[in-house]
Amino acid sequence: MANLKTVSKKSKAQSMGMHTEVLTGRTQQKFFNPDEAENFYYFGTYDVDFNKRTELDVKDMTAPEANKEIDNLMSQGYGTIVIKNPQGKHSLGVGILNKLNLIFEGSLGYFGMGSCDGPIVRINGRVGWSCAENLMAGKVVIEKNAGSCFGAAIRGGDLICKGSVGARTGIDMKGGTIIIGGDAGAFTGFMMQRGRIIILGDVGINLGDSMYDGTIFVGGEIGSYGSDAVDSELTSSDQDWLKRKLKVAEIGENFDVSKMKKIVAGKKLWNYDNLEPTEKKGAI
Amino acid sequence: MAKKKGKKIVKAKVKEIKGQLGKKVETAREKMIGQSIGYRYDVNLLPDYSKLTPFLKKYIEAMGWDDLNWLEDVHMGYEEDRPAVFCRNANGWVTIPKSIKLPNNQQDRDMIARELLVKFQMSPKHPLVDLKKAYLKF
Repeated sequence: MANLKTVSKKSKAQSMGMHTEVLTGRTQQKFFNPDEAENFYYFGTYDVDFNKRTELDVKDMTAPEANKEIDNLMSQGYGTIVIKNPQGKHSLGVGILNKLNLIFEGSLGYFGMGSCDGPIVRINGRVGWSCAENLMAGKVVIEKNAGSCFGAAIRGGDLICKGSVGARTGIDMKGGTIIIGGDAGAFTGFMMQRGRIIILGDVGINLGDSMYDGTIFVGGEIGSYGSDAVDSELTSSDQDWLKRKLKVAEIGENFDVSKMKKIVAGKKLWNYDNLEPTEKKGAI
Repeated sequence: MAKKKGKKIVKAKVKEIKGQLGKKVETAREKMIGQSIGYRYDVNLLPDYSKLTPFLKKYIEAMGWDDLNWLEDVHMGYEEDRPAVFCRNANGWVTIPKSIKLPNNQQDRDMIARELLVKFQMSPKHPLVDLKKAYLKF
């Protein structure tokens, strides 16, 4: 957190009354004892029990009403919630910052499960655009196909589609793992900065275009490589991790991971300054 | 006769910048692209699950996951020459207490970083606790 310092010499902006303070640093000191926090509880979350199960029919509800009801059920301690009749509604299950076992019996529309942090979700159908956008943690499994921008900008967690996905999968992703059992469209891994994408089938043109970092594993054919996406050697550590991850994803049980291609950033597009932003002590 | 004053050779002080090319041992990649790579660790390093700590095993079980999940992207870095782990919720580095002795192996260090980060995030002293108390809307 920045320290605040009063400025005596007024700049033009300050004399105009726009601000009276300047940021001089980013250091914040917080002390805690590593032994005190073994409670597995995040402040502000609900203490739910996975064995406490309920069903929720959202046929006659709007998406905000359904999302509020999910929150209400979590506050009552329900750890497993089955959603009936989602009927392709958009923005269902967004913003769940809690551990939870959530099952959708049907398909979702656009932006399903966006901005979540922690839940385990199973969708027994298809999903539209931008499923699990900005996922922070947790696991989302889609039994059928997914639309474009699947897992856009995810930061963490596992996102699994057992079918095929559209274009721009994992666009701008900054962490986490996306696993696709079928094929993926064009511009998969576009501008990805970190994280991993596994595609067991074929992938379209411009794979990993302008990727800054991260890793893409492909089992099938590659349409074409994007700018600065290059091949890399598949190590034994990669293979061990791939086997483990596919087991977690419940797909590709007999898939030969040793024949997968590994694609990384060539790093020719890196235009970073010598220092990371966090190393700079100036105002941000 | 007045003595001629010798010319003073003034050495300009060059401030060393951390991470600057030519000031450290560069990797082949850095030499090729002519830029310093600023990361403090290998962001693509995959976790070695044989190094899981008992605490992390309990955490995975409590969350209902099958593996480290989001913690796969957490590694031990450094902040001001001290070992540290980056907390994305607080948007800052959490320095490792001096009392914790760190092993030489990066995989072991990463597991310690993950454990410490989870404990920090669940601590009532985490900055997010104050923020939530002040700004939480629903």
